[in-house]
Amino acid sequence: MNTKTEEKFFRMLMFLSTIFIVGVLLLIVVSVLYKGLPSLSFTMLTSIPKGGFYFGEEGGILNAIIGSIYLSLGATFLAFIIGWPIALYMNVYLVKHHTLVNAIRFVFDVLWGVPSIVYGAFGFILMVFLGVRASLLAGIITVSLFIVPIMVRAIDESLKSVPRGLLESALSLGSTRSEISYRIFSREAFQGIITAILLSFGRAIGDAASVLFTTGYTDRIPTSLMEPSATLPLSIFFQLSSPIEAVQDRAYASATVLISMVLVISLLSRFIGNRRN
Amino acid sequence: MNNKISIHNLCLSIDRQPILKNVSLNIPTNKITVILGPSGCGKTTLLKSLNRLTDLIPGVQQSGEIMLDGVNILNGNQDLVDIRQKMGLLAQRPYPLPMNIYKNITYGLRISGRRNRQFLDKRVEHYLKMVNLWDEVKDRLKDPASALSIGQQQRLCLARGLAVDPEIILADEPTSSLDPISSKLIEEKFLELKSQYTIVLVTHILRQAKRMADYVVFMYLGEVIEQGTPDELFNNPQHPVTKSYLSGQFY
Repeated sequence: MNTKTEEKFFRMLMFLSTIFIVGVLLLIVVSVLYKGLPSLSFTMLTSIPKGGFYFGEEGGILNAIIGSIYLSLGATFLAFIIGWPIALYMNVYLVKHHTLVNAIRFVFDVLWGVPSIVYGAFGFILMVFLGVRASLLAGIITVSLFIVPIMVRAIDESLKSVPRGLLESALSLGSTRSEISYRIFSREAFQGIITAILLSFGRAIGDAASVLFTTGYTDRIPTSLMEPSATLPLSIFFQLSSPIEAVQDRAYASATVLISMVLVISLLSRFIGNRRN
Repeated sequence: MNNKISIHNLCLSIDRQPILKNVSLNIPTNKITVILGPSGCGKTTLLKSLNRLTDLIPGVQQSGEIMLDGVNILNGNQDLVDIRQKMGLLAQRPYPLPMNIYKNITYGLRISGRRNRQFLDKRVEHYLKMVNLWDEVKDRLKDPASALSIGQQQRLCLARGLAVDPEIILADEPTSSLDPISSKLIEEKFLELKSQYTIVLVTHILRQAKRMADYVVFMYLGEVIEQGTPDELFNNPQHPVTKSYLSGQFY
């Protein structure tokens, strides 16, 4: 094969792969919307399940929408409070300790790869040990453990790209490491931090396995952290397992809601990030 | 001559690889000391060891003495923030802080607790005028510093460093990323500033060294080969390596 055909071949391969994967993504979104939009209604978004909802009768998924928002906001907040300082510590304080930082990165990469059901199982053990029932709080803690690695590594990647010269300049102006962390590095990496929060939120709101045992499921909207809560992924799961077609269609409507929420948050964070620059 | 900094037998290695070998030299007060040498000779490392930025290098080991006003700054008990505040750094390329022009200048003052608005306004004007940047930016002080040209950014970085009221200016090839006009502005500023500040200028540009130096240190492969007044070093070099460098046999 001469170099020209080789070049052509690889160009084609890259082009086709891109088209293929974008196509699959579009297909997922379109088929969910196609099945879900017709059964999506105002009542579905604004009411909680009434008796017989899971047999195709009156009600909505407001419990799952609110539950998912509570859970993801709580978990993302907790993960940020833990993850942000870790990433700053690695990039501002441990600059001299390459090996240690790489070891920490490795640990978080491994944790990132651990399936969410394992976090769910771990959360469950913890709950049994502490004598806590399935609740919003247990779910928030479990999900935050599950997204901390994502939060840390995503913030870490953006802090890593802050030039060494900026650190040196800031130190030369007499800044302490904490001033550099919060006033300079976090500002310089602002967009990356927003992206990290979004990425973590997206993972938190979309995961079913980690909340299955820890958050439980209920038709009510929780009023305290100690109550169980419904979540959208589990709402999709339960409706999809139903043999009744109308209920299955509502699962797709719920999926549409979930996708829209993630989309709105993506756009919002992008808007905030762009305005900052 | 009064010496601001004197270095005795400074050795520095990174992962046991020697970078600076037994460096001893004096940096005179309120003069421009030029550290000259080919790239990779350790001149930037020497400069950064003066305000202990070398502490950031993984696997670094240092020995010897760096006396600043008679106090050894390599001694572990020294307050690094204090030492660094005495030395403004001008790097090879400008690194503006991720904030607006005004805040770039006031950053150093604000972190040391000076928040009086009128005081800060005055300082900003004073230091921007000092680096001939005031007329160019006075109407857009709230713009991000990154919107300025590279030459303007470098002058902003100089002003930002001066605003913390240092005694020494450390300049690491400060004109290497600049156009000729901006370079000339920086050089002229240095010549003006030396009456109030001790300046250490690292360069590999022989002509710049000749234009600026009151005292010259020639380095090669981590060692100080020769040091002296420009007249001694440029017109009557003693060492064969200095002679061949000055005659342009290597850069």
